[in-house]
Amino acid sequence: MTAAPAPARTAPRPAGAPAPGRAPRTGRGATRARTTILHAALLLGGLLMVFPFVWMLLTSFKTLPQLLNDPLGLWPAPFTLQNYADAWSDVPFGSAYWNTIYIAVLVVVGTLITAAMAGYAFARIPFRGSKVLFVLFLATQMIPMQVTLIPFYFLMARLGWVDSHLALIVPAALANPFAVFLMRQFVLSLPKELEEAAIVDGAGRWRIFWSVILPNLRPGLGALAIIVALSTWNNFLLPLVILNSQELFTVPLLLQSFRGQFGSVNYGLIMAASAIATIPMLIAFVIGQRRIIGSMAASGLGGR
Amino acid sequence: MTALGEATVAAEAEVVPATPGGLRRESAWRRRDRRWGYVFVGPQLLGMTLFVVVPFVASLVLAFAQWDGLNDLGWVGFDNFRTELSDPLFGRAIVNTLLIALITVPVGLGLAVVLAVALERLKTRTLYLILFFAPVVTSSVAVAMIWQQLFRKDGVLSGFIANVFHVAPPDWLGDPHLALIAVCIVTIWSSVGLNVIIFLAGLQNISPSIVEAARLDGAGALTLFFRVRLPLLSPIIFFSTVIAFISSLQTFDTVFILTANAGPDNATRTIVYHIYDLGFGKFQFGPASAASIILLVITLVITGIQFAAQKKFVHYEDGAA
Repeated sequence: MTAAPAPARTAPRPAGAPAPGRAPRTGRGATRARTTILHAALLLGGLLMVFPFVWMLLTSFKTLPQLLNDPLGLWPAPFTLQNYADAWSDVPFGSAYWNTIYIAVLVVVGTLITAAMAGYAFARIPFRGSKVLFVLFLATQMIPMQVTLIPFYFLMARLGWVDSHLALIVPAALANPFAVFLMRQFVLSLPKELEEAAIVDGAGRWRIFWSVILPNLRPGLGALAIIVALSTWNNFLLPLVILNSQELFTVPLLLQSFRGQFGSVNYGLIMAASAIATIPMLIAFVIGQRRIIGSMAASGLGGR
Repeated sequence: MTALGEATVAAEAEVVPATPGGLRRESAWRRRDRRWGYVFVGPQLLGMTLFVVVPFVASLVLAFAQWDGLNDLGWVGFDNFRTELSDPLFGRAIVNTLLIALITVPVGLGLAVVLAVALERLKTRTLYLILFFAPVVTSSVAVAMIWQQLFRKDGVLSGFIANVFHVAPPDWLGDPHLALIAVCIVTIWSSVGLNVIIFLAGLQNISPSIVEAARLDGAGALTLFFRVRLPLLSPIIFFSTVIAFISSLQTFDTVFILTANAGPDNATRTIVYHIYDLGFGKFQFGPASAASIILLVITLVITGIQFAAQKKFVHYEDGAA
């Protein structure tokens, strides 16, 4: 990829000898040419990455006769919006969107508050057992949710939360060790002096948390909100196991049930349903791309 | 009071309110403070206990029991483990899961490193970031449904391959080998963008002076990459490798939807699909729990191997860890 104009480095350079200068690059023209090639290659790769989305949109505007007669053609001819009208009226996408949005909002708010509280305590409040508890929190991160899925289901049944959004909201908001870890990292990066003045003033921990820590934690909270919202939005296995009534379905679950209901002959219809499920998210992503990408990078770096 | 207190207190390591009255008041504050520690971790501690620890212990118990979901437990010792480990379906699920992990992690992360290094050289890269990252924000269900149609036997991908290479159009989702490859392609496609932005952020954190110093020493582009950038990036690559392995060991959504119910002929059956199938399809909660525990053990062993191997490959600047 990076064809280096290799400097003649066959003979080992004697220690102390002056470093040979940069290889005589062929000048600005070559650099520009290389940059152009790089752009072209990345653009090609990028277009390959979005091709499935483009194909989804194009296919969603096709009629069934075209799909059957010319499965390889790209352009819809004739152009139709019927698939969208059908998909929208066949299953309740509106309520699925509402369900997914309000579940995500509640999970995000709950996680932010409780994880910031715990992260603050682990970072700054000296209490007995704090270290052991924190290590236990980290250890539970190693237990995949799939390992506990069956007992979790029966616990939800015992609580009467099967086929209820509570099973998707309460556990997600109250049990997120990664969020606690991330918040602790963010609190540790705040200067200690921030709260010292308040402590000297005799302010209680609760007031310090709400009026000193939380406002200063805003960038970290924003990043965590995006990460939690995305994973809640796209969660599939848990809603699949918990929810039975169609009016309670989240967007991914409704989309999946849609495929089961309508088979795969008229896949223009399926692509229209997929577009209804993905395009709003993609638009939101393009609008907030800077913050979303930044947050995901921060979480991937473990809050570093 | 404040102005007076600040000067004296700031010098101390532990900060306590400057109340006149000395030690007794101080320790009272600290005692109260300690209680606040429990209050602050309380909600998450309660949630973790109830929704993770209790189900986990129950999973351990169920793995050694026979249970129909209603009546009393019957102890069966290691029978569930014996049943599972001799079940060819579970064996297949383990092999498939490991194959998916061993293909998608190196290919996906290698691709991400190359893309991140390429992107770092450019000044304008927002467009590419958006293009590569778009699949990451898309729900796995929609991803699988779109690709399911792309992989049709009469679809664009097969048609393209048939036309270019003059072969019979491949039946991606009908052929057992190709189906597993299709799962890997979709997994890589939907996750590569995440690792690109993580590695890009890591590359941007490398101090330019280190790179410049190496360049002045006569390092070419390849030497710079293998001797400077890659070692400095290795802790981040390691972290991403661990995460990618753990998540690919949990593959479910893709095989459930893309290759409808882990077909054809269980060619894409994964461990998590097996657990789901046993638990929620066949109501065999004991064997399903034994399979869950085996999944946890596999996860821990693979993560342990990676932590052991990192000492050889991962370069920490400050010699930590």
